[in-house]
Amino acid sequence: MNTVFADEPHGECIRVRGLVQGVGFRPTVWRLAQELALTGEILNDSEGVLIRIWGEAEDLKRFLPSLLESLPPLARIDKLECSDWVVGKPPDSFRIIASERGAIHTGVLPDAASCDDCVRETLDPFNRRYRYPFTNCTHCGPRFSILRKIPYDRANTSMAQFPLCEDCRSEYENPDDRRFHAQPTACHVCGPKARLRRQDGSPFSLDRFTSLDDIDAAANLLRTGEIVLIKGIGGFHLACDAANASAVNRLRERKGRPHKPLALMARDIEVIARYAEVGELDRRALLSKEAPIVLLKRREPLSLPDSVAPGMCRLGFMLPYTPLHHLLLRRWERPIVLTSGNLTDAPQITDEVEAIEALDGIADWILSHDRTIVNRVDDSVAVVAAGELRLLRRARGYAPAPLSLPEGFSGLPQILALGSELKNTFCLIKDDQAILSQHMGDLADVRVWEEYQIQLARYRDLFAHEPERIAIDAHPGYHASQLGQKISEELGLPLDQIQHHHAHAAAVLGERAIPIDHPLILTVALDGLGYGLDGALWGGELFLANYHRCQRIGRLLPSALLGGEQAMREPWRNTLAQIFLSIGLKNFIEEFPDLAITDWLKKQPLAVYEHMWRQGTRAPSCSSMGRLFDAVAAACSLAPERLSFEGQAAMLLEAAIAPGMIEKIDDGAYLLPVVTDGGLLGLDPRPLWQPLLSDLRRGLELSEISARFHVGLARSLYSWIEEGFQRANPDSRKIVLCGGVFQNVTLLELLQTQLQDSGFEVLASARLPANDGGLSFGQALVSAARALS
Amino acid sequence: LSHGSGGKAMRDLIEGLILPALGASSTTPLEDQARIDVPEIVGNGGRIAFTTDSYVVDPLSFPGGDIGTLAINGTVNDLAVGGARPTVLSCSLILEEGLPFAILEKMMCSMARAAQAAGVRIVTGDTKVVPRGSADKLFINTAGIGIIPKDVNLEIARIRPGDQLLLNGHLGDHGAAILKARGDLALDADVQSDCQPLHRIIAALLAAAPGTRCIRDVTRGGLATVLNEFAQGAGVGMRIVEDSIPVRPAVRGICEVLGLDPLYLANEGKLLAVVPAEEAGAALEALRACPEGTNAEIIGEVLPNPPGRVVLSSHFGGERIVDMLVGEQLPRIC
Ligand SMILES: [Fe+3]
Ligand SMILES: [Mg+2]
Ligand SMILES: [Zn+2]
Ligand SMILES: [Zn+2]
Repeated sequence: MNTVFADEPHGECIRVRGLVQGVGFRPTVWRLAQELALTGEILNDSEGVLIRIWGEAEDLKRFLPSLLESLPPLARIDKLECSDWVVGKPPDSFRIIASERGAIHTGVLPDAASCDDCVRETLDPFNRRYRYPFTNCTHCGPRFSILRKIPYDRANTSMAQFPLCEDCRSEYENPDDRRFHAQPTACHVCGPKARLRRQDGSPFSLDRFTSLDDIDAAANLLRTGEIVLIKGIGGFHLACDAANASAVNRLRERKGRPHKPLALMARDIEVIARYAEVGELDRRALLSKEAPIVLLKRREPLSLPDSVAPGMCRLGFMLPYTPLHHLLLRRWERPIVLTSGNLTDAPQITDEVEAIEALDGIADWILSHDRTIVNRVDDSVAVVAAGELRLLRRARGYAPAPLSLPEGFSGLPQILALGSELKNTFCLIKDDQAILSQHMGDLADVRVWEEYQIQLARYRDLFAHEPERIAIDAHPGYHASQLGQKISEELGLPLDQIQHHHAHAAAVLGERAIPIDHPLILTVALDGLGYGLDGALWGGELFLANYHRCQRIGRLLPSALLGGEQAMREPWRNTLAQIFLSIGLKNFIEEFPDLAITDWLKKQPLAVYEHMWRQGTRAPSCSSMGRLFDAVAAACSLAPERLSFEGQAAMLLEAAIAPGMIEKIDDGAYLLPVVTDGGLLGLDPRPLWQPLLSDLRRGLELSEISARFHVGLARSLYSWIEEGFQRANPDSRKIVLCGGVFQNVTLLELLQTQLQDSGFEVLASARLPANDGGLSFGQALVSAARALS
Repeated sequence: LSHGSGGKAMRDLIEGLILPALGASSTTPLEDQARIDVPEIVGNGGRIAFTTDSYVVDPLSFPGGDIGTLAINGTVNDLAVGGARPTVLSCSLILEEGLPFAILEKMMCSMARAAQAAGVRIVTGDTKVVPRGSADKLFINTAGIGIIPKDVNLEIARIRPGDQLLLNGHLGDHGAAILKARGDLALDADVQSDCQPLHRIIAALLAAAPGTRCIRDVTRGGLATVLNEFAQGAGVGMRIVEDSIPVRPAVRGICEVLGLDPLYLANEGKLLAVVPAEEAGAALEALRACPEGTNAEIIGEVLPNPPGRVVLSSHFGGERIVDMLVGEQLPRIC
């Protein structure tokens, strides 16, 4: 703020960039100007918001700090630039000027959970929005999920078909109202309506339920054990009473989802706290405007059927995030199951006709509404680990808010990064910002694949994105990689094929604001698997990495994937591969004849597997840490013969650890020694098997065995890192931990603590998922670095 | 067997072993070409189908067949799926020095038997012996000529949305038999190659379903490859239903253990026919009435969209994309 007349009345021009449109920014400034007796104007333009303000120097000085203090909840300022405003005749009032149109550079807002004011209104019998399920305001409500194109105006959303009534219009036009320019605002008179109906369309009367309205009737149906399909903000959900075991089992059976934990929703924190431990960070996350599903440690004894999350130590809870959910749960003292309305791996359904057809036979009742879901957005999932909230799935509430890039990432071309195969997201770079899509899912499923392409087109449209460079994973079989190759050929664009774990590392570097020219940092990448630079399958690697380079200096000693992809589904195949590798099959059977895993293996065609292993036929070599977790889980008989969802074995293994057990482990942890492996630092899993199997044989509790594995692995990883550090001697004592295995809270906390105690600065992901959900962001950054060099 | 120079040793080999085995008489002078009468196609609108294929397989013999039966049936089938009646074949042999006579003789005999069973004649041929290591035991090339009757016109471009996809029996028998025959995996399963000529069943199919759009023999690359070629060639989508695709339990067992997908396994006696919906019932009946099609099934249908994409509806409501094979079946899951 430089002016020659610092203490005279003068004018200032403030350029604001960030998420500042459609969030009530202008009325906030307007009100502040009234308070401080400042005059001038404010307008939205293609770059964000422009404020021109005039007044006494004293008052002007107070303006910016007060603004930053009273920012509307959904606003995010990325950049402020101030300059003098030279004006002939000082303005005599403060005005909001109608928008100027132009190329839009401001971000698209994610959907936000209902604000307290809106909830209060919805529950207030004397308010005109009493029990109105679509109440929202400038500070809350749907955004991205209803947006067809920009600019963000009602006409460009699925609210276009609901013309404002007179009351809503006057709120909409009043700068002093919470609903000033709230595009999705609505009420009973003019807005969308919720409607309960039978799945088969047959008539019924609300009287039957002696209910207040359709939502109340749906609540009553849930209470009687019915499964109800509910249309939410970003898709349909299937709901049932979480305390009703037969309803939960029926839902699981009908949906074909035997084990995967089901998400729960409860009225408030107090209800949740009866079933799970809610820490301060958990509480904040649950109550945040993003309102994700938060995985919380379950309380014992649990007064819910185990089938809501069989074998898991955490329950996924969320709070109501729309008025409809608030109304539905109003009178519930216990949680309901609220799981995405889809079949097996298919995307969450957003269209009512499709929902009725595809989910035929799952729900008998549908609570739907007539506000179209334009963009499918799943619920986000997060967990608190090592002192931070960490996203496991980034979707509703988070996407597609832009991510700012670290220092040095400027003057970038527009980049399209297409992500991975499973847990896919894609990422656009434009105007030196990254826009990461919401969670898409498994691209091998044709419905996800179609959705992916629709969303790609939508994003490119919404953000006026014209790619100049394409980034893909190096795996030739990924659907996204093949698509990227095709786009690059069709448009004649440079194509960056980026090694899987390099992208994982870069995603963490980018999230932690490591500048572009930072020297190489020691990096541990642990995941299921990724295509390696040597054409082999990697997944337990030690690198020196920055955005430009990723040099492998160590690996988990490889094992065989017996039967290729089959080894990802059947965890015991990895146990067998580890047995071949360590103590040998014959020894194993002689020495450990009475284990359950021995019984199971003896029923398999072991001679064939032994041949496969020896010859490498249908048994590609793979250094994956994810598979080592599978191997241990199956050895302990903690995993089913065939997994029903990805990561299941590792989750069950971690969940087996009883509270307080980790702290008790001192001796007896299973260590993986660091060995020379050609020119690499090998981490050798073989020595863990003899003690682990012996512990199993003598009947040591699985809780302790699992704890010994986790503790031993963390200690071994630490030694590996320390040795890697000595050998490579990088410039800084920083360490990147990346890859899906670090979603294991126990492992992350153990390793992070030990590293920090030894003076390492640990960089791990939090705002982006550690799994492949963050991969496209990393791809985009590596591609950007290449473009700049 | 030693490396010949085209002299007496070669003449002895051909006259003494190959010709008798293939049923030709050594008294007929050896001409440099076969001369074929083609009265049927002159003037009545028929066309000649002409194809060639080379056969290399390890091991040479496997349960249900050998390289000789493959060399006949493979080329016969390539003619047959175009709607042709196969008539004559050529046969070129490339022998590795040192190949035992007994093996060569056995292969020649089984070629002759397969030709006879298929009703085709081998009318010309060639033999070369190459130094050890320049070839693996025995390679065979056969070319074949067939006659396509006047009104038969099978083309990928004729595929239309709504058409039904018919398969004449169990998938993957040949691929599984080869895996077992290699013997290096100690597979214990009763599997036999499905190697068989398909021109008769195709004739029956065309008689019952004259509107048949096109037919392809499902060989290397498996059903997945044929479906993708059809979908891309015709610019249509295709959906197959997992539960309706016949796979023998023994083959499924091998696939489970090895992590293979039967959709990608090789076959040597399977065809995929695209038939308009209104003729699908008759077509299925005709297939099932033939010994080559006892286990025929309707396995899916042609969709308008998305062009070029093949989808598998799985048992639990999943809908997986069925790709062309990229290299080995390389794991993708992270
Ligand atoms: Fe990964
Ligand atoms: Mg062929
Ligand atoms: Zn609100
Ligand atoms: Zn209204």
